[in-house]
Amino acid sequence: MSDHKIGVYVCHCGSNINGVVNCAKVTEEIGKLGEVVVAKDYKYMCSDPGQEMIKNDIREKGLDRVVVAACSPRMHEPTFRRALEGAGLNGYLLEMANIREHVSWVTKDKEEATKKALSLVKGAVKRVKLHEPIEEREVPVTNTTLVLGGGISGIQAALQVAEAGHKVYLIEQKQYIGGNMAKFDKTFPTLDCAACILTPKMVDVGQSPNIELYTSSEVIKVDGYVGNFTVTVREKPRYINHDKCTGCGDCASACIMKNRIPHEFDEGLSKRSAAYIPFPQAVPLKAVIDDENCLLLTRKKCTLACVKACGAKAINFNQHETIHEFKVGSIILATGFDLFDAKRSPQYGYGKYPNVINGLQFERMTNASGPTSGHITLADGTEPKSVAVIHCVGSRDENYNKYCSRVCCMSSVKFAHLVKDHCDAEVYEFYIDMRTFGKGYEEFYNRVQEEGVHFIRGKGAEVAQKDGRLVVKAEDTLLGQYREIPVDMVILNTALEPRVDAEKVAQTLGISRSGDGFFMESHIKLDPVTTTTDGIYLAGCCQSPKDIPDSVAQGSAAAAQSLAIIATGKVKISPISASIDSEQCAGCQICIGLCTYRAIKLNEETLRAEINEAVCKGCGTCAAGCPSGAIKVSHFNDDQLLAQIEGVLA
Amino acid sequence: MNDKFEPKILGILCNWCSYAGADLAGTSRLRYPANIRIVKVMCSGRVEPTLILKAFQEGADGVLISGCHPGDCHYVDGNIKTLRRTPLVARLLTQIGIEPERFKQVWVSASEGERFGKIVEQMVEDIKKVGPYQKKMGDQLDVVMDEVAASAKEAAAAAEEKGGLNCGS
Repeated sequence: MSDHKIGVYVCHCGSNINGVVNCAKVTEEIGKLGEVVVAKDYKYMCSDPGQEMIKNDIREKGLDRVVVAACSPRMHEPTFRRALEGAGLNGYLLEMANIREHVSWVTKDKEEATKKALSLVKGAVKRVKLHEPIEEREVPVTNTTLVLGGGISGIQAALQVAEAGHKVYLIEQKQYIGGNMAKFDKTFPTLDCAACILTPKMVDVGQSPNIELYTSSEVIKVDGYVGNFTVTVREKPRYINHDKCTGCGDCASACIMKNRIPHEFDEGLSKRSAAYIPFPQAVPLKAVIDDENCLLLTRKKCTLACVKACGAKAINFNQHETIHEFKVGSIILATGFDLFDAKRSPQYGYGKYPNVINGLQFERMTNASGPTSGHITLADGTEPKSVAVIHCVGSRDENYNKYCSRVCCMSSVKFAHLVKDHCDAEVYEFYIDMRTFGKGYEEFYNRVQEEGVHFIRGKGAEVAQKDGRLVVKAEDTLLGQYREIPVDMVILNTALEPRVDAEKVAQTLGISRSGDGFFMESHIKLDPVTTTTDGIYLAGCCQSPKDIPDSVAQGSAAAAQSLAIIATGKVKISPISASIDSEQCAGCQICIGLCTYRAIKLNEETLRAEINEAVCKGCGTCAAGCPSGAIKVSHFNDDQLLAQIEGVLA
Repeated sequence: MNDKFEPKILGILCNWCSYAGADLAGTSRLRYPANIRIVKVMCSGRVEPTLILKAFQEGADGVLISGCHPGDCHYVDGNIKTLRRTPLVARLLTQIGIEPERFKQVWVSASEGERFGKIVEQMVEDIKKVGPYQKKMGDQLDVVMDEVAASAKEAAAAAEEKGGLNCGS
């Protein structure tokens, strides 16, 4: 084999690498290796001059292989591949040595770091000699999008894609869209009523010719890859014929379970029937029959009052679940959050004292269409004279969630304002730190302070009952004093948590979750919308707790990602795939059983296995199992890996 | 035991979870021993025993294989194949005289940077206790590697004669 001409480029990354690794020494040592014709170090290899240097060397010195020792290939491999291609060299003739994330950032001792960096670069040089040019595969894109979750960010994403003229399937687990925002009363800092700003968007979703809405539905399977996903959705029966139902609510009034089932939408503060309309502005405004409480569906015994009451003859107890299959180009995940269950912090007496409620219950209470028609009332129906708001319940707490839920400080301030506005009670806010980070937030906080709300810096430690009144105990860290404050009502502002089914959803879609359990983005700062799986994007609180403006912004950003791949009409997919050398294949068929994607079949005539490269994802599991060594995975073949191992251990 | 002994460990990490987890250890500036050299594969299911034997042959004192947690595999269940292969590999290594401390197979997710660092730390500590991998074993390994290669060729040739053999039947 003729000698290669390899160029090795060692990046300082400012002082990120060079501060620990002696880049000049690595460069010098590597320059001594055979076939390395150029070895250079430079301050920022990814900068324009850095890339130009590589390109010029390829052109002038006729390099046919390039090694870049810099940050993680997950960061800049595409950058340097493009540089190679810019100089007419196939991008796969590049190998990166990760001397930043895997060396300089994790090693203290400079000598050890330099030694480790040198071995990694040696491995890369050995490996790159065996690289082969690979052409990237381009596939056409299906111009439809699936949005999973119909809260504010999912709605925003769906509307934006639909407005651009493309089909959207909007899948919502609940019987209505609107998510948590639909339950809110006013929104900080402008005190817009949530329904006033959300309802028009919900109606737009219902009316858009480009949006197909599936409520009571969940995704059960996702196949395929960017541009070409096949998503299987299970739609639960509502036992109501949507085409006939007028949303009049006669069935709800007739149902014999009336006022007996805690209403989820009112956070348990009101009771509903088994047949019911979720809430007055629900989209779709159709009745639903709750199969967990309907007497006919659970005990097969009922007077069928609802059926008799329904003038439109819309009730159908013979409905079954329906399985839908959608072909989509991209998927936007907007599955939202769960509220921390305050019962997990028993010191606050939630569930024990009736006048200890959570933030969402307070939202329902102050909402004009809520269970108390907008009146703030205690369990006995009277108005409270003093109210405590406890921040950070389940957030910023080693026992539950370490993170800050971001929205609670502001919503607590809003609660204080609403209490003052509705019943002029004394309000005590117990906070650790006030975090008023958004546009107009600090101003709103100042306004509420002027309204005479008491802000006590100290986390509420306990809620107890004394002489028939609730008492909040806390250490006021500004006064350096222990305080007990008697109140009539306590609002616990609880954490926003990953949804209980987040793990299942992540596994179904093949995406990662971060340590806190929320879905993980590609890059926390520069790529907060994409996931590590191409074509799957994130929006709203499923990625991390967010306020409404940020959820809307991320919804739009996810829509832009989806529209971008539709606009180009085709996407590049990883060209890494396996192939079988039929000369070496013994036809043993072990590989066939190993392939999850059923990409391998036995050719009945030749009795040799064959791989369908369009279906193959390039994991290489078949190659590892092949007893004859007949399977070759492009860019990860045996020789390349063995050479790299030899190099890094040298 | 020699105090100055610094074991050389080869880490073979899957692209989606463990390599990203090792990257996270870096971006979080967590310090861990510099004894590990990381090689990336797309899936831990790609790791065939030859790669592990090669590492010992090239003077590694230990080999760490890491993939996504079961259920989280980017390729659905590639890691389950790893899981099934691991005990066989471990037994093979013990048979040719490689101490169990030298081979470890773990799961590290993309968010477990800290865990990755701790695993490396622990492994370095464990291997320091058993000492350097005797280079003389390398000769024996060469024989094993040659045998593996030869028997594969034989099997292929035999199959060729029969016009393909079907292990499934």
